[in-house]
Amino acid sequence: MALPLVFFGLFFAYPVAAITGRGLKTGSGWQFGRIGEVLARPDIADVLWFTTWQALASTALTLLVALPGAYVFARFEFPGKQLLRAVVTVPFVLPTVVVGTAFLALVGRGGLLDELWGVRLDTTVWAILLAHVFFNYAVVVRTVGGLWAQLDPRQEEAARVLGAGRFAAWRRVTLPALGPAVAAAALMVFLFTFSSFGVVQILGGPAYATLEVEVYRQTAQLLDLPTAAVLTLVQFAAVGAILAVHARTVRRRESALRLVDPARTAHRVRGAGQRALLGGVLLTVFLLILLPIGVLVERSFDAAGGYGLDYYRALQDEGAGGGTFLVPPLEAIWNSLEYALAATAIALLIGGLAAAALTRRAGRLVRGFDALLMLPLGVSAVTVGFGFLITLDEPPLDLRTSWILVPLAQALVGVPFVVRTMLPVLRAVDGRLREAAAVLGASPLRAWREVDLPLVRRALLVAAGFAFAVSLGEFGATVFIARPDRPTLPVAVARLLGRAGELNYGQAMALSTILMLVCAVSLLVLDRLRPDRTSGEF
Amino acid sequence: MSTTQKMAGTALAVALAAVGLAACGSDSEEKPGAAGDAPKQKTVTLVTHDSFATSPAVLKAFEKESGYTVKVLKSGDAGAALNQEILTKGSPRGDVFFGVDNTLLSRALDHGIFTPYEAKGLAEVPEQYQLDKAQHRVTPVDSGDICVNYDKKYFADKKLAPPQTLDDLVKPAYKDLLVVENAATSSPGLGFLLATVGKYGDQGWETYWGKLKANGVEVVDGWEQAYNDRFSGSAGGKKAKGDRPLVVSYASSPPVEVLYAQPQPKEAPTGVATGTCFRQTEFAGLLDGAKNEAGGKALLDFLIGKKFQEDMPLTMFVNPVVKGAALPELFTKHGVVVDKPETVPADRIAENREQWVKAWTSLVLK
Repeated sequence: MALPLVFFGLFFAYPVAAITGRGLKTGSGWQFGRIGEVLARPDIADVLWFTTWQALASTALTLLVALPGAYVFARFEFPGKQLLRAVVTVPFVLPTVVVGTAFLALVGRGGLLDELWGVRLDTTVWAILLAHVFFNYAVVVRTVGGLWAQLDPRQEEAARVLGAGRFAAWRRVTLPALGPAVAAAALMVFLFTFSSFGVVQILGGPAYATLEVEVYRQTAQLLDLPTAAVLTLVQFAAVGAILAVHARTVRRRESALRLVDPARTAHRVRGAGQRALLGGVLLTVFLLILLPIGVLVERSFDAAGGYGLDYYRALQDEGAGGGTFLVPPLEAIWNSLEYALAATAIALLIGGLAAAALTRRAGRLVRGFDALLMLPLGVSAVTVGFGFLITLDEPPLDLRTSWILVPLAQALVGVPFVVRTMLPVLRAVDGRLREAAAVLGASPLRAWREVDLPLVRRALLVAAGFAFAVSLGEFGATVFIARPDRPTLPVAVARLLGRAGELNYGQAMALSTILMLVCAVSLLVLDRLRPDRTSGEF
Repeated sequence: MSTTQKMAGTALAVALAAVGLAACGSDSEEKPGAAGDAPKQKTVTLVTHDSFATSPAVLKAFEKESGYTVKVLKSGDAGAALNQEILTKGSPRGDVFFGVDNTLLSRALDHGIFTPYEAKGLAEVPEQYQLDKAQHRVTPVDSGDICVNYDKKYFADKKLAPPQTLDDLVKPAYKDLLVVENAATSSPGLGFLLATVGKYGDQGWETYWGKLKANGVEVVDGWEQAYNDRFSGSAGGKKAKGDRPLVVSYASSPPVEVLYAQPQPKEAPTGVATGTCFRQTEFAGLLDGAKNEAGGKALLDFLIGKKFQEDMPLTMFVNPVVKGAALPELFTKHGVVVDKPETVPADRIAENREQWVKAWTSLVLK
């Protein structure tokens, strides 16, 4: 627990506290009066209300759409399943500016919906909600699906043999077992949508603003630190409240489960009902995820002289982007991979240790620690970034211009995923197995290696996948730090989109396509890492 | 449990060592080779915004002439980059900051982030750009105009003359054609708001925006969306089926559309309404507390030298401020010269910026 605590203290709590303190403290002392003042402003109240309800609606919609997907990916075998599971995670890494344009092409003026049925969703809250489902579909499919695939179906079957109906058996046996994973997924989707920035700005238009947008405006544009500090505190309070509710509801429900190898629970599709379910899920994935992605890919090939690789070729040119890069944009791939690997390693180390500590201990302090780990998802990147600036400025921690700051900042967002994916599985591990191993003379490390590790290896890989994808797509913190000779893919895309001209736009689309490809391939490789020999241990 | 702690201990040691090494790594980069034999700092760091660009050859030329290695640190858009400098005042991340414009100049000067230095060659810069002439805390580097751009094809097809002035934009003929950026979050958006303040004054600009709103102006959050998505004349906008033939962008956007097209067209697809422009001037300054002052000064001299000035038009798409700096043909052929841009004095902007933006927000967005 010590390392995660130090990590969060140094790279999250301290910077955020410092920047908030800078805002609230003046020469004459603390200015807590500002809190009431800012909260009394009707425009701030509006922002808070909108932020909360759109996040709740987005979370509900995402669960509704993605839970059947989680089931299908966990329990059915069908051709292309691995690939599809990698692809649904791709939205995670896409810069929101890019996704925004893809969504507008479908739901905006002159978009597909408009041409077919005359329906336009741009600048409505529906576009925001749909985009949130697009971004977070994988969170539900991967976290819930990861556990679902390991639940022993025989328990549900046993209940049915004993006379329970299909639905009753599911409700009494499977649902309680899944509860913690569903809650974890819901929590993450809520935190993500609660702190939504780009999606709301682009698809909602300037009429809609979330707290995150307001914090950015106050900090980065207006330098109104007092107001930003108050808003940060409000964000803390809201996120804290949600975490408290989460902790209360989940605590009671977590129990030891019988976990089995996922390869044994998945089966081919049988009967009309299952076929319909599979078809429905595939159709959803196609409409909601593949279609917007397809639009981007299509545009990356749509060169002036007809479809071709022109934009991709231009990416190898050092002069591309008119000197914004000092290196060929294509080199951004390696930068991104290096940063993401480092960030994933940090996130796994910190998150793994934290999850282990949280499984073994209980008590109020530990629960507080659990909440602390989740906070980065709900706190604005600009607050953390500006906090870094004023705290990490003295040796030995003058990291402001060091490359390590990028993976550190990215890991902050990756850790919550590692913790939330691993906790339900770790807690589900039957403690008696561990005890048995200990009785038989195994050292704690050995018991962990022989008992826990095989069971959590899958969760670990799912967590690594998320941490990797998050790091690959991270933009907010990276943009402040990345140097022009070492841009990451999202930063390079943003810089290309920031200039006029067909070649720049086309290259941005081509680079986005490469970003998606890198993400999908990495996740496929990660999924394959699961060694087959472990299945023999069950 | 003890294992967990042991593991944590080891991991912590490893992580701290890694962080320590990284810190050392970055330190040794900045320190001169060995103590004593290299008294001169070798690296000079330029902190700037995302839009900074330069040809690699030009930077190399500076490095060869001066003996310094240049490190460029980009840190977000212009507003965010400046605010980070203000927050790190006294302990800056670099030696020179480039990218504060006349709309934000007073904020930078009030916070005292710059050390005065009169750059060599400043005599070649016309006085109209030298907004801090008395103290030389900042050096003007470039200027550019924020103007309404139009889609040539749209107006040719409709046989309609494109608008030329701010007054034109509120005419019924141009109803529902203009897209602008949010003045609260985008610098061209703010520039366009200031153009209307410059033209119609304190009382008049709100009335003007009322008319603009009645004439169907659309507001989006950033330049990328306005230009790449909504504007029908740009390459991105064509693909995204943008349906607004008028957009707030820059006077230099038409040459950019030509430069980054394959093959390059004979004529730019977009034009500039020269009566709608706001002039921006960008400055650079030596940061207070810079570790390498000598290098910073050399870099400032270089920024207003011919080589850098003549490189800017095709990398950052702005105009040089130095007299006699040659403009590339692409610029003179497809760009426009804005004779009478709207201006607002920097101190007036400083005093009223927030209030104007607030009033604009409640008037136009709500």
